[in-house]
Amino acid sequence: MMIEVLAPGPYATVQDLGRPGYAHLGVPRSGAADAPSLRLANRLVGNAEGLAGIELTFGGAWLRFHDGGWAALAGAPVAVTVAPGGEGTGPHETVGWAAARAGMGVPFWVPAGAELRLGTPAWGLRTYLAVRGGITVAPVLGSRSTDSLSGLGPEPLRAGALLPVGPPRGDTSADAVADAVADAVTDIVADLAPLPGPRPAVLRVLPGPRDDWFAPGAQDALCAGPYVVSQDSNRVGVRLSGPELVRAKEGELPSEGMVAGAVQVPPSGQPIVFLADHPPTGGYPVIAVVTAADLAVAAQLRPGDEVRFTGRPAR
Amino acid sequence: MIRRAGEHGLLVETGSLELSHRLDAALRADRPAGVAEIVPGPATVLVVAPGVDQTWLRDRLAAVVAEERGKDGAGAAEGPVVTIPVVYDGADLDSVAELAGISADEVVARHSGRELVVGWLGFAPGFAYLTGLDPVLESPRLDTPRTSVPAGSVAIAGPYSAVYPTASPGGWRLLGRTSVRVWDVTADPPSLFRPGMRVRFVREGAPPS
Repeated sequence: MMIEVLAPGPYATVQDLGRPGYAHLGVPRSGAADAPSLRLANRLVGNAEGLAGIELTFGGAWLRFHDGGWAALAGAPVAVTVAPGGEGTGPHETVGWAAARAGMGVPFWVPAGAELRLGTPAWGLRTYLAVRGGITVAPVLGSRSTDSLSGLGPEPLRAGALLPVGPPRGDTSADAVADAVADAVTDIVADLAPLPGPRPAVLRVLPGPRDDWFAPGAQDALCAGPYVVSQDSNRVGVRLSGPELVRAKEGELPSEGMVAGAVQVPPSGQPIVFLADHPPTGGYPVIAVVTAADLAVAAQLRPGDEVRFTGRPAR
Repeated sequence: MIRRAGEHGLLVETGSLELSHRLDAALRADRPAGVAEIVPGPATVLVVAPGVDQTWLRDRLAAVVAEERGKDGAGAAEGPVVTIPVVYDGADLDSVAELAGISADEVVARHSGRELVVGWLGFAPGFAYLTGLDPVLESPRLDTPRTSVPAGSVAIAGPYSAVYPTASPGGWRLLGRTSVRVWDVTADPPSLFRPGMRVRFVREGAPPS
């Protein structure tokens, strides 16, 4: 089973849950920026949650399935079209059947030869495509994720790239797979998964570890906001512009370990929220850390969005 | 002092690289359940443990720090010395010599003349900050970084030396090159250098071309 990239959209990469355990060797964790969405998409097609899928940035990808396969989408909602893909396409009735059922948050069948065309998200930034069996490009250090900071893992998707897909889990004998494909059109019956709607861009934070490096009131300034997401945000971090976070201490902090969600403050006083490809160590003080649950919200912020921070715990 | 770094992280202040290494080694030798990352730095060790009770972990880390602090004078880095043969033909050898006011030969002698210790890794996978450089050799980074430095380049900047693990842009001053692969994603572990490891550079004649 192969998926051919006809057009990757603005930026698309293969992502699983990354490379934990190598931070002390200078290796970023990487993995899906909005991990809960990748996990959901995988669950919808019956995959283990950590299999590799495709992370689309601003949607826009066109993909041809060389063989039929189950797919599901989660994260930033995009218009989904399953279209006959020229020569080699199966009967048009099949494509029509599939096309009518394709959408966000539901498993759908993409017939052999058909094209999956994804639009631009109405809100949010990152959409996750899971395919039954998972994308099986060669792993590096136990992960298939593209690490945009260090360059580990596969290249970002390019037009013409062929992505191998693994067998469905469970019985993976050739006969069983053939049967599964034959039965596929009636195989998965699932209700629509409840996808989170546009969530208010409020990120809960815990203060520290270096809140004492800032002037009194800096924590309040952070939570007063709002901040605007800057154009040069990426998988490393969400760069923000807004109230300046003034330091109390000058000089540079000795390099120290960094966590995902860290709100790091360079000398400009404008914070950066670290995402999946953040450097494992850094020398700028971290005023606060975004809660794990809100990391997915941060990963869906797009340039120009407004965002606020709050020190209040979840209701 | 142990600081909170989000819901899953604790940042232990050690105040010294030596104590960071001892804490790192103690935690790796007897890893508390659920610990995903242990990241030593010059004055801290970050411990990331999703799903682990933070109060329990904090107490456990405090106990290990207290124990390791009590071992002062026990000697820092243990284990064998890793030897890195170097062909000293780097593009910045002369500028380093000039800055230090010594000959290029003496730069080589001072660089290879002492044992260095891997402080921590960062900047890029496998990029180790080697500490213990002869202070005479301390020199600032280049004003204009090179757009590409080949893998295996042996370089210095500030109080550190390093071997570029992969080709990358870089502003460190190049003293030479080694054929030792310090970074190999197919190896386990992928990095030859790990925090706390002792390293010695050894002068090697240029190989016949």
